[in-house]
Amino acid sequence: MSQYNGVDYFNIESLISYEEKMIRDTVREFVSIEIIPVIEKYYAEGKFPMGLISKMANLGLFGSNLPQKYGCVEMNNVAYGLVMQELERGDSGIRSFVSVQSALVMYPIFTFGSEEQKDFWLPLLAKGEKIGCFGLTEPDFGSNPSGLITKAEKVDGGYLLNGAKMWITNGSIADVAIIWAKLDGKIHGFIVEKNFKGFTAPEMKGKHSLRASITSELILDDVFVPETHLLPKSTGLKSALKCLNQARYGIAWGVMGAAMECYETALTYSKSRIQFNKPIAAFQMTQEKLVNILTEITKAQLLNLQLGRMKDNKTLKHTHVSLAKRNNCEKALEISHISREILGANGIINEYPIMRHSANLESVKTYEGTHEMHTLIVGEDITGFPAFE
Amino acid sequence: MKIAVCVSHVPDTATKIKIANSGKDIDPSGVTFIINPYDEYAVEEALKQKEALGGEVTVFSVGGDANKESIRKALAMGADKGVLIKSENELDSIGIAKALAVEIKNEGCELVFCGKQSVDYDDSIVGQLLSALLGYNCVSTVVGLKIEGNKITAEREIEGGREVIETQIPVVITTQKGLNEPRYASLKGIMGAKKKTIEEKSSANVESSTEVIKMRKPAPKQPGRIVGNDVSAVPELVKLLREEAKVI
Ligand SMILES: Cc1cc2nc3c(=O)[nH]c(=O)nc-3n(C[C@H](O)[C@H](O)[C@H](O)COP(=O)(O)OP(=O)(O)OC[C@H]3O[C@@H](n4cnc5c(N)ncnc54)[C@H](O)[C@@H]3O)c2cc1C
Repeated sequence: MSQYNGVDYFNIESLISYEEKMIRDTVREFVSIEIIPVIEKYYAEGKFPMGLISKMANLGLFGSNLPQKYGCVEMNNVAYGLVMQELERGDSGIRSFVSVQSALVMYPIFTFGSEEQKDFWLPLLAKGEKIGCFGLTEPDFGSNPSGLITKAEKVDGGYLLNGAKMWITNGSIADVAIIWAKLDGKIHGFIVEKNFKGFTAPEMKGKHSLRASITSELILDDVFVPETHLLPKSTGLKSALKCLNQARYGIAWGVMGAAMECYETALTYSKSRIQFNKPIAAFQMTQEKLVNILTEITKAQLLNLQLGRMKDNKTLKHTHVSLAKRNNCEKALEISHISREILGANGIINEYPIMRHSANLESVKTYEGTHEMHTLIVGEDITGFPAFE
Repeated sequence: MKIAVCVSHVPDTATKIKIANSGKDIDPSGVTFIINPYDEYAVEEALKQKEALGGEVTVFSVGGDANKESIRKALAMGADKGVLIKSENELDSIGIAKALAVEIKNEGCELVFCGKQSVDYDDSIVGQLLSALLGYNCVSTVVGLKIEGNKITAEREIEGGREVIETQIPVVITTQKGLNEPRYASLKGIMGAKKKTIEEKSSANVESSTEVIKMRKPAPKQPGRIVGNDVSAVPELVKLLREEAKVI
């Protein structure tokens, strides 16, 4: 296969710094060598490639925008976005793993944790010696997590947690879970370790999407969590949503990596597949499909770059992230569908990455706030009318 | 130990090369440049030796500002500092070796690594020239290396086998695929490289001994010919190989 050089129709490369480019290229090469050759096998078997964890840690992929004093790389947010983009070119499941570890486990400990919690957990998580998961969603509370019913009760020396979480990425392989539970009716985050008595994390089987990622239930049955494990600065649902906002930022970038891989595959294929004595790329309808895809990729690339620059200069609002997550997931999914069409029957087979990306993107469009939820978030922002209920 | 690595900045082997209007150079527009692949083994080996022996790794490159990219790559992998030896004109192998020799001597490096060849001009000679200019020992095309005190034991690739050579520091080693597995520049390394210095030197006094008169692309390959597809074709094939191709 020829070397992947990315998709850059508008020379957006000229808008990023040398370090940003080098970080992107390093992760790109890592993905080409370590992820793409093995991913179809793991996907087919429904397993997460555990061997990648230490390699990703060595590269510096976990919590990479957090401070160096915790063993993190401390790159800017544009570079962080580019990392997500390259990882998801490999597979959304791998990007999900890194998103959860970084944005949903390390970030909340960094933001809402005590000094002791940060000093203890962040270096272990950065080194990949501990794996984390984030438990917000419950069987009966998905889009409206404010209703969640997992309960924390104050007891001597700590808290007693009871409840169930569902759809939790990394759940069964995690050493530590950030659990969101209501204490006196108010949501707080708790650091729950896997060996705490009463905590179990059965894997959810039968997924047609994100098969190279582990998804689990978390069951909390009278789990005693010591006082030291409450995230002291987490106050209400707002804190959990702040974490999601970090992860959504990464998703906005990530899905475009998957989209670019689909586009490259379709473009290359269309130039070599001959029908009616011509490459199918020579037909106007194929060209229109390819041009539509390229246009959406280019728009999203510019959107992401500005999103990242705003995050770096601290002018980013969560509604900006919602708009980007919403748009990019939808467009990436559409791009995967159109790319699949261009490959005809070959589009459905695992010799090509398209169907896997397409199936993955179904989840990505739903998790971290569905398309509809982000519509309502931006809708409220521009009209002033909340339309959630 | 002061260790030197020499790196060149070359067109990506996957890019299609066009010849410039001058007819004496390639047209760099649209060409991606990378660190010479054989030099990555040199960088890796230098870093491994530094980890074992202690000391400092300095990266040297002769060329224009663009070469800083390859120097930075080596810095991101873990080298300590860089020296860019600026040259106005394209230098030939002897010119490059001379420019490197001056600065490597200045820096006092006694263990020098180069790739066994640069994939742009493919001369495969800079390392050897450099060792002669510095008065150092030289082992080329190295696929195995052990250093104990001043003693160097190097395995090199030869036609159909391997040769083991013993020599002493100071030495220039040219590196071949198989010597090691070059590490990724870690992301921390990339961020850290920002703070490392690249000193700029001039190679104003250095001249080439050769001149490029003209560059042209190789003639397009002739399509192959199928003589037959079973045993009966063998006599004809042998005859053609002997009389037409003159290879047997
Ligand atoms: C593979 C995977 C991994 C996941 N990982 C995690 C994880 O690590 N941690 C975690 O906490 N969660 C995780 N989730 C859960 C995910 O965040 C939820 O699935 C998501 O929030 C949607 O919730 P739901 O599935 O219950 O859908 P529902 O909320 O039941 O929504 C169903 C449909 O109704 C629509 N809808 C709901 N309310 C409205 C409304 N007011 N107006 C218009 N439409 C509406 C939704 O948009 C959607 O289309 C994961 C999910 C998947 C699939």
